Amino acid sequence: MKKLYVDALKSGAGLSVSQEARWQGEARRENCTAQENCTVGSAREHSELSPYASRSAPGAVKVDRRTALKFGGLSIAFLWTATSGTASAAINARRQPGDAAAALADGNPPFAPNAFIRIDADGQVRLVMPNVEMGQGIYTGASMMLAEELEVGIDQIKIEHAPPNEELYSMPLLGGQITGGSTSTRGHWGVLREAGAVARTVLIAAAAARWRVDPAACSAARGVVTLIGTQGGSGRSLSYGALAKAAGALPMPKQVSLKDPKNFKLIGKPLRRVDSADKVTGATQFGIDVRVPGMKIATVRACPTLGGRVRGINDKRTRAVAGVVDVIVLDHAVAVVGEHFWAAKQGLDALDIEWELGDNAELTTAALRSALSDASLGGKSIVAREVGKKPVDGKLVEATYQLPMLAHATMEPLNTTVWVTAAKCEIWVGTQVPTRCVSEAAKITGLSEDKVVLHNQYLGGGFGRRLETDSVEQAVRFATKVGYPLKVIWTREEDIRHDIVRPMYHDKISAVLGSDGRPVWYGDRVCGGTVLGRWAPMAMEKNGLDDDLVECVAEVPYEIPNLKVEWVRHDMPEGVIVGWWRGVGPTHNLFVVESFMDELAHTAGKDPLEYRRALLSKNPRSLALLNLAAEKIGWGSALPARVARGIALGEPFGSRVCLIVEVEVTAQGEVRLRRAVVALDCGIAINPSSVEAQVQGGVLFGLSAALYSEITLKQGAIEQSNFHDYRSLRINETPSVELYRIDSNETPGGLGEVGTAIAAPALGNAIFAATGVRLRSLPVDRSLLVKDADALREVVV
Amino acid sequence: MFVLQINGEARAVDGPGDMPLLWVLRDLLGLTGTKFGCGIAQCGACTVHLDGQAVRSCVLPMSAVGNKAITTVEAVGRTESGQKIQQAWLAVDVVQCGYCQSGQIMSAAALLARNANPSDADIDAAMSGNICRCATYVRIRAAIKQAATGNAEVPQTIAPESRASQAPAVRVPQAQMPRGAVS
Repeated sequence: MKKLYVDALKSGAGLSVSQEARWQGEARRENCTAQENCTVGSAREHSELSPYASRSAPGAVKVDRRTALKFGGLSIAFLWTATSGTASAAINARRQPGDAAAALADGNPPFAPNAFIRIDADGQVRLVMPNVEMGQGIYTGASMMLAEELEVGIDQIKIEHAPPNEELYSMPLLGGQITGGSTSTRGHWGVLREAGAVARTVLIAAAAARWRVDPAACSAARGVVTLIGTQGGSGRSLSYGALAKAAGALPMPKQVSLKDPKNFKLIGKPLRRVDSADKVTGATQFGIDVRVPGMKIATVRACPTLGGRVRGINDKRTRAVAGVVDVIVLDHAVAVVGEHFWAAKQGLDALDIEWELGDNAELTTAALRSALSDASLGGKSIVAREVGKKPVDGKLVEATYQLPMLAHATMEPLNTTVWVTAAKCEIWVGTQVPTRCVSEAAKITGLSEDKVVLHNQYLGGGFGRRLETDSVEQAVRFATKVGYPLKVIWTREEDIRHDIVRPMYHDKISAVLGSDGRPVWYGDRVCGGTVLGRWAPMAMEKNGLDDDLVECVAEVPYEIPNLKVEWVRHDMPEGVIVGWWRGVGPTHNLFVVESFMDELAHTAGKDPLEYRRALLSKNPRSLALLNLAAEKIGWGSALPARVARGIALGEPFGSRVCLIVEVEVTAQGEVRLRRAVVALDCGIAINPSSVEAQVQGGVLFGLSAALYSEITLKQGAIEQSNFHDYRSLRINETPSVELYRIDSNETPGGLGEVGTAIAAPALGNAIFAATGVRLRSLPVDRSLLVKDADALREVVV
Repeated sequence: MFVLQINGEARAVDGPGDMPLLWVLRDLLGLTGTKFGCGIAQCGACTVHLDGQAVRSCVLPMSAVGNKAITTVEAVGRTESGQKIQQAWLAVDVVQCGYCQSGQIMSAAALLARNANPSDADIDAAMSGNICRCATYVRIRAAIKQAATGNAEVPQTIAPESRASQAPAVRVPQAQMPRGAVS
């Protein structure tokens, strides 16, 4: 992918990558061949003028593989698919003056300098959020980035969901209007501050023109431009509202300057989320809460056997249920429509459906696992990265790790509200991919995309599930069969049985240790299915590699001179569709790599902390985290029997993180989480409160999955169906999670998935330290952790 | 036809007696603050109060409610414990996606109403029926303790100035903020 990435740069096709690299602060100035167009804008170089006007000029920047990888697995894969000018469109995006419909939709604001900012005549500042809010706090973070440079208070803004519009709201790192891969802050760190600065500059220019003074004589704060030295004087300050009309008539500036971080008023402060107030009173509208006049409510059932079809139905009993309105049959699923959900649900339960189970009728998890193992042994691999050769001498250590399929189980079950008429298709849904929903709906209805109107909503969790459009497509298909607005709600059972699951993996990892116990070579043969191959196959066309599969293993924090990382592609049978799951590649690979690092330490007879330390002498940022976490948890202090700590260290999503988990394993094999300590280096923390929340929640989400979660198949159907058999961590099982940050002025790293990605290996290593049992597959198998046969006869109090 | 006492008002409802209260609230009365999560009383997203007790409305037939007073998240702020809980939720900034939080707040408010100073074990017992997939549990625990004691349990978020009336914003010196150890 390195090659793809650089090729894209050379051809000028990659999202004006020069800027993107600049915002990442990773590209090195000396590598620029077009110096004037690729200034490196890390926070350390805050004061430079932003080449706003020259955005789209192609700057050739060499970015090494390591840099590219830091963008996160999901992201790199898409880098080269970005079309030329996408990022500059996002920056320069103005509402077109001639576009009356867009202006109307915006409420005709007199000042709309770019896609993200609207200032109304009454002074109301409206910020349009390019990413969706699914709990990660991006509405707050994005508002802070905009408001910081716009010079308004976070209390002075209103938030709006962005409409689907690739040109205006594309994520530079992903090349589409997509929220995922922990990219939102990283990808918009430059874009949003610059958008705010542009607006502020124009508003100041408008005030200066009014007063016939030099703009440099004016300053802005809290939505008011003041002539310096005249505070309190009459007529020498003007509100943004008063300036909006004049500002709207001015040209955009050629360049704007961004603040020195030491002057930040908002960024770096632990601000309350902008969406909290409504979420504690139940006022927030999620997709499932949408109410459209004349709307009916449906619930659905697809063939439990994945890929199966509807052969026929008998709806006599269903039609007799009071409140049932319609029964709609598609190829793969049936919907019962009611006046309310309860009628629909009762009606669906009463429906006799005959299924045609199809090719997966006998499929089991064991069969899938065995096929994966066979593929790992004999399949053809693609080499993702190879450095040096495997030494002949030395101690060879080998292990096989296996990861299960996982469901997302967002708290808000999947739902979509659709109203299809001859002229229009209107959709209300919380989705991570609004534009993909629009194109799918257009294909299904035969309407042009401009006739598909999508209203994005707050998401009751995403975790990657809402990167898929399957439930939206299904709802649109059902809605085309009726004349009224239709809200389709999946039951929890449907939500889990038809999750688009995280793939299973079978990885053979090995290392050769030198006489000092240090690894001189490591190899990882990853085997599993690709999500990208379905989701964006064009991103794999060049060499067939899905970079997500090797994220955080092709590059590790440690100094290991030689390596070979390869991937054997093994797709699931047709009908078993796999998808992104929180933490994507890093969640998968960090479990393998960091568990194996512990195995190497054990083989070398070294303490896992000391072993890692010795390999980090050239990586001071990660070494500092390791030391900080160890210090905070008191690494090495005495603990009771079967209580122990495990370390994991990683550099996922452009951040660096070290987690130490302390567990107790009972004599019966039950694992109790006692404490978790996280050391984090995420560069500039936009909102320290959100950073803490994401890390705490992310770690617990990862621990929950490692302890309890696995999707299994029987007769081609997912066996789990609800929270009783797809268990989720609860408050009584939750340990304290302490976060310690190492602050820096590096550009912000990703956060939404960092905690999740690092959780499982720390847990597994702690369990090994407590019991001597190395868990090489997830979830935790308690039967392996029983102290002895007598323990099972003990009464547990 | 049933007459239900909801948030201090008598509401006439035309629906089948076996219809769970959750759907009465959401689909018949438009009170969408109460959420559907599992339908089998496993996740707690649908929690409401029945005469002050936390109950799972997804499995409570409308016919079983009778004359008992129903309180939902939309009105729990009118109760003393509900108000304290909501304020603490804001000061600690508990929510992430927020979907489960109506249920969390209802369970927590019921706990606080009957136990003015809950221990960790009390919190576990009262709150373990409420799943949060964002796993906001660390802050939920802190917020309940803060609501009970009035003491800032963890670093507080800074409230926007003009909305400060909605909740007490406890300002903590910046030096204490960045490395907020929470437990």
